[in-house]
Amino acid sequence: MIQVVCIKQVADSETRVKVAADGRSLDPAGVTWILNPYDEFALEQALRLREAEGSGEVVVLSLGGAGIQPTLRNALAMGADRAIHLEADGAPDALAVANALAAEIRPLSPAIVWCGRQAIDDDAAAVGPMLGELLGLPCVTSVSKFERSGDSVVVERDIEGGREVVETTLPAVITTDKGLNEPRYASLKGIMAAKKKPIDAKPAALGGPYLEVASLALPAARSAGRIVGQGVEGVPELIRVLREEAKLL
Amino acid sequence: MSVLVFIEQREGQVRSVSREALGEATRLAASLGGGGEVVGVCAAASDPGLAALGDAGADRVLLAAHPGFARYDGAGYAAAVAAAVEAVKPAAVLFAASSLGRDLAPRVAAKLGAGLAADCTSLTATAGALTATRPVYAGKAIQTVRFPKSPALVSLRPKVFAPVTGAGKRGAVEPLAVEPPASGARVREVVTQSGGKVDLTESEIVVSGGRGLKGPEHFKLIEDLAAALGATVGASRAVVDAGWRPHSEQVGQTGKTVSPKLYVAVGISGAIQHLAGMSSSRCIVAINKDPDAPIFKIADYGLVGDLFEVVPALTEQLKKIDVHA
Repeated sequence: MIQVVCIKQVADSETRVKVAADGRSLDPAGVTWILNPYDEFALEQALRLREAEGSGEVVVLSLGGAGIQPTLRNALAMGADRAIHLEADGAPDALAVANALAAEIRPLSPAIVWCGRQAIDDDAAAVGPMLGELLGLPCVTSVSKFERSGDSVVVERDIEGGREVVETTLPAVITTDKGLNEPRYASLKGIMAAKKKPIDAKPAALGGPYLEVASLALPAARSAGRIVGQGVEGVPELIRVLREEAKLL
Repeated sequence: MSVLVFIEQREGQVRSVSREALGEATRLAASLGGGGEVVGVCAAASDPGLAALGDAGADRVLLAAHPGFARYDGAGYAAAVAAAVEAVKPAAVLFAASSLGRDLAPRVAAKLGAGLAADCTSLTATAGALTATRPVYAGKAIQTVRFPKSPALVSLRPKVFAPVTGAGKRGAVEPLAVEPPASGARVREVVTQSGGKVDLTESEIVVSGGRGLKGPEHFKLIEDLAAALGATVGASRAVVDAGWRPHSEQVGQTGKTVSPKLYVAVGISGAIQHLAGMSSSRCIVAINKDPDAPIFKIADYGLVGDLFEVVPALTEQLKKIDVHA
């Protein structure tokens, strides 16, 4: 059974965003790059499934510039069998990316295509469901519980004020949310083994563009507020300002 | 130019996020000019009272009725929206950026070969062209995007756009013939949380607790304060990672981004990834014993003190006033 895990390299969540000189993208100076946290849940679940089956192949697939190779190597160190690097500069829009990924995934005929729920940089949460549509496969997003039963799987996803229990046949596209599992760290043995695993690099077939980024800007800074009091004595004043100034209560 | 709005229903009720989208569609259709209509499209087992949407701004609503549409069917709903796009030829298609809308809109985008701007916080039409702004990096930056292809697909962040009332449009309900494609995925069950709590992303008031609570057993303090305020409970990443609270309550860059009217941060120091997820709240109150905590730099009102004393006192005093008066 082949599983494909779509991963993305992103700026770490502690990054202080600075806008690059082009006025449209993140200034990469000083940024720590990580594997998108939601993709870690996807990769972990694929590895667990391969281990439970005792066979199969986990292929990680990523699109980006030359700088993403350490993240691919990290995924291989966690346990993926091989990596495919679709080369593209800049930050293509979600549908362009989905086109390129779908073209690569189709001939592999995987049982499951895994993606993180969303990348923590552009927060679009779009590539997964787009892949479902482009590949003609059922797709379930934001999955925080996964159970395999034969040729189908039962998953759960959070919705407003509750959760949905969804059953899907395989092959399918599944996007993963926090809570699904605890992703492993790469072991020393894994890191050594990853050095010998193949990374197949080729140009990405994007199509599009479907969306154009006109600008990236920092949000208006919040005006500094004030300390309304200390300890329990400050409580009446807090309630007063919320009622009279903020008119919230 | 016309604007199409996906109308979301759950259990036969139109969700309020769809009224917000209709409100924005009404403003957008006016600024796009050309006397375009605001048209809704709804997938449901039967009519969830769509005629009432005339007052929310809908000139008419296309109803794709099918027994399989009672619950969410991604492939089927996408087919319904695509059929409506074919019929209406809109300049823009609006979705709510709800859990359903964020699943559905990308499917429709892929089906139509159209651009999607997800989770937008404002839309502008200049000279007939649409520009959307959307928070990225969980709100640490704001991206402005344009659409090289038509229609423009947009999902709208809940609680940001105002619904309109008394629009006095016709809201004529018209059938839309859609045969849902066979799909291997099926919603087997919808489990509702006890008490029908409002979701974090749609709540007017959020009270979040952090590591300052020292243990999961003390979250009762947060729950009591939230109850007194009619608020939804949130949590910092630290306490979710520690297993004190479920991940569905996490506010921040690897959790939910919220923009309530009032956000109360209790025992949360204010890590960058947390601030990213809540700094677009209208009013922020911080309660923390450390006067140098970064949370105070973005809070409108701060109270420095021991939360174990302050929070029960605040809850008690709030109970004495009618907060919703």
